[in-house]
Amino acid sequence: MALPTYDEVIAKWDPVLGLEVHVELNTKSKMFCSCATEFGAAPNTQTCPVCLALPGALPVVNKKAIESTILIGLALNCKIAPYSRFARKNYFYPDMPKNFQISQYDEPICFDGYVDVEIETDEGLKQFRIEVERVHMEEDTGKSLHVGGATGRIHGADYSLLDYNRAGIPLVEIVTKIVPGTGKYAPEVAKAYVAELRDILRGLKVSDVKMEQGSLRCDANVSLKPIGSDVLGTRSETKNVNSLRSVERAIRGEMIRHAELLNEGKKVKQETRHFQEDTGLTRSGRSKEQAEDYRYFPDPDLVPVTPATIWIEELRATLPERPSLRRKRIKEEWNVPDKEMAAMINADVLDIVEATVLLGADPTKARTWWLGEISRIANDQNIAITDLAITPKDVAELVALVASGELTDKLARQVVEGVIAGEGTPSEVVAQRGIKVVNDDGALMAAIEKVCAEQAETAEKVRGGHLPAAGALIGAVMKETKGQADAARVRELLLGHLGQAN
Amino acid sequence: MIHKSAAEMAKALTNGETSSVELTQLHLDRIAAVDGDVKAFLHVDTQGALDQARSVDERRKSGEKLSPLAGIPLALKDVLAQKDVPTTAGSKILQGWLPPYDSTVVSKLKDAGIVIMGKTNMDEFAMGSSTENSGYGPTFNPWDLTRTPGGSSGGSAAAVSSFEAPLAIGSDTGGSIRQPAALTGIVGVRPTYGAVSRFGLIAYSSSLDQAGPFGRTVLDTALLHEAMAGHDPKDATSINAPVPAVVHAAKSGDVKGMKIGVIKQLQGEGYQKGVQARFDESLQVLASLGAEIVEVDCPSFEYALAAYYLIAPSECSSNLARFDAMRYGLRVGDKDGASAEAVMSATRDAGFGREVKRRIILGTYALSSGYYDAYYGSAQKIRTLIIEDYAKAFAKADVLVSPTAPTTAYKIGEKVDDPMAMYLGDVATIPVNLAGICGMSLPAGLADEDNLPVGFQIMAPAMQDQRLYQAGAALEAALLTKWGAPILSQAPALKGA
Ligand SMILES: [Zn+2]
Repeated sequence: MALPTYDEVIAKWDPVLGLEVHVELNTKSKMFCSCATEFGAAPNTQTCPVCLALPGALPVVNKKAIESTILIGLALNCKIAPYSRFARKNYFYPDMPKNFQISQYDEPICFDGYVDVEIETDEGLKQFRIEVERVHMEEDTGKSLHVGGATGRIHGADYSLLDYNRAGIPLVEIVTKIVPGTGKYAPEVAKAYVAELRDILRGLKVSDVKMEQGSLRCDANVSLKPIGSDVLGTRSETKNVNSLRSVERAIRGEMIRHAELLNEGKKVKQETRHFQEDTGLTRSGRSKEQAEDYRYFPDPDLVPVTPATIWIEELRATLPERPSLRRKRIKEEWNVPDKEMAAMINADVLDIVEATVLLGADPTKARTWWLGEISRIANDQNIAITDLAITPKDVAELVALVASGELTDKLARQVVEGVIAGEGTPSEVVAQRGIKVVNDDGALMAAIEKVCAEQAETAEKVRGGHLPAAGALIGAVMKETKGQADAARVRELLLGHLGQAN
Repeated sequence: MIHKSAAEMAKALTNGETSSVELTQLHLDRIAAVDGDVKAFLHVDTQGALDQARSVDERRKSGEKLSPLAGIPLALKDVLAQKDVPTTAGSKILQGWLPPYDSTVVSKLKDAGIVIMGKTNMDEFAMGSSTENSGYGPTFNPWDLTRTPGGSSGGSAAAVSSFEAPLAIGSDTGGSIRQPAALTGIVGVRPTYGAVSRFGLIAYSSSLDQAGPFGRTVLDTALLHEAMAGHDPKDATSINAPVPAVVHAAKSGDVKGMKIGVIKQLQGEGYQKGVQARFDESLQVLASLGAEIVEVDCPSFEYALAAYYLIAPSECSSNLARFDAMRYGLRVGDKDGASAEAVMSATRDAGFGREVKRRIILGTYALSSGYYDAYYGSAQKIRTLIIEDYAKAFAKADVLVSPTAPTTAYKIGEKVDDPMAMYLGDVATIPVNLAGICGMSLPAGLADEDNLPVGFQIMAPAMQDQRLYQAGAALEAALLTKWGAPILSQAPALKGA
């Protein structure tokens, strides 16, 4: 039997979602020790007796991590528990040094919140409310590198290497309640939710929220029930979903896979599945039919977390503007068309454009530079736009130079290249490269006369009223002046010279 | 010299009558002479001790102001991590491990100029009451080498009572300082939970463990208590408050007007006749010194042992999970492409002893889903009831008292195959741990029937540790007058000495 199409799936089945998002906090030190947390350090260089679980070592909670978690909870409209505890989740795994993970179990620090997301539907923009069950703190595990074998998995590997740099990095887990009623929009709603979370977290400055580096990871629970039914179906949990696009693809793929099984009268297995970035499909991981017994109990090495009400209110007062409101405000203030707004959000340049505008640049010009030339270079070099060596300050300066007539748009592009190549600020690049607009009419006239003499035939055509032929002459003049002339002035002088001025 | 108290030795050092190097060498000689029989030490750090002693002597010579115990040698229970010195917690699974860091207690000892001579034997991971569960063989009681010195800090207690060291450090999870102190005729204190940092103390049961001092006198014990206690930001459960004035209390020892509560549940039936007799006698001494003796009722203590043997194994089942052959210690079965899981299993099977395995299994069971509420949950409720019993009792009395252990030292091997009988030996000490308060054991004389030491236990509320010393010093002085000589002078001489 062929796989059902997505339309066939949603004609018969109603999806129910549940999303668990893990966020690595960007605290300077780990959750329970003072080790550094920087990404990409040489293996096992950011470790100590505590995060290596040496005998006798004890954890002490990082207050900054608690602060970040409370901020997240507040931003997600959660209640903050006046008393919560850390628990031990016991299981053996080589990349977990203590063979238990310190987590929160039945007493999370934040609970009962929600996030509203808006997506484009057949009936126009529609809002969906995703209810948040809990936000809790835990520590990350180390990383295993399985060497040898075909799959890079532990099975069949010759040996494994362990890197404990990540062990003990603070993680926040954000768990939704079940999300019903999204119908055919389930994949888009899930994507919009993760995107909104990412923007909220970025606004709070509590995480790098880089999905590709794993600082934001999503596990997607999907089940199907017949339309109109109240009985939930069996869910699968897809792990390893590491981009916004993958969230959408993974859920769509699971809906189709579940529907195929159910249509054939088979059962969906309750299990963990792994998302395959290349195929967009999931493969079976470990079965969850026999729930593992983690023997949770309150960690006796740690004291309860009891944030003072006054502290919570102080934190609440520092919450930044909600991303959805901010987008609405920016769109109105800058008068951005829908399509352009979507492009900015998609390209992730809203922050950087706003920073440029705050430095005095015209919003349209700022947007055009970031979305156009600079995005193109970032794409060519295959790096994030924020990792280029050009800052909002540079772009604001560039926009000012163009506005004052010191640069043409074309020259400004050369300057952008120079700034990105690390040659300095726009003025430094201009000075070093000797870039300047040629606005000496005498020099221009000399060039025009020279070009008209060289291309006498073309010049005659223009003189005879065939204006489109002027383009070739203007091009030649620009070449003659090494692109430093103002093309509009060249055109004006040329047409005058050939008796076509109006 | 080695028969003097630590306070007297400190005076001799200050007066220039002796040097720390000389004092340390005398004790190292004593260890060489008698430890073949006593087996108190797992590791003697001769070079490290002499280096440390030399450094203290130099600092003293240069006129530096030193702390009261500077230059005095000490024996350290092998449960505390000491940088670059073998630390095993009495377990084969840690054989050969050299800690890359100092526990906070060790840092404090070093800062105070106290000379650490070596690591003492203990029941594996502090699980036991006789040192017979050590992975390296038992320690023997200097009073009678066929008997146990108690445990789990039996090595430390034996070292002090055999004059191998004037001071020692132990740890007390259910009585592991007080019971061996009682069985060897010395003083041992379990400070209030959170008073001494647990950072670097290899965990058995995190909510019950607490390191503490051993000495041959109440004052010596107080001096060491003061040196090792204090708030530590590296231990989240450490109490952020000044150390109680224990040395002052030990010097002023006075019970006049003090209300002393005798716990009804911790005497009489089940207590050896000679133990009960010495206890009653000590009470009379205290009364004669002006204390008011009252009886208090602690009905929940009946369940203390049961609660302890659910909480401690539960915590240990998780605390000991880290011994998995991946990063340190023993590794067994790592060949022919064995999986990590297989190596972990083989190592834990080979490295842990019977009692440790018994408690890990017990704790794993007690925490498992479906049983948690009935076992771990109920045990925590009993703990609350015990805390309430103590609160009511301390409303009537300044300190509470009982015999430390129901019997004097028993024969090696006598209770090895009967864990319940062994566990019952801790019935009087365990409630202190469950409530997180403090307790002391000091010698109350010898039992008539076997001429072995009997311990007298004093208990005080949390962070009122000075009360232990105040009452203990008064009783000690009165008994000394009565006996005419310290109790240890009655111990038989050791061969080789
Ligand atoms: Zn660390």
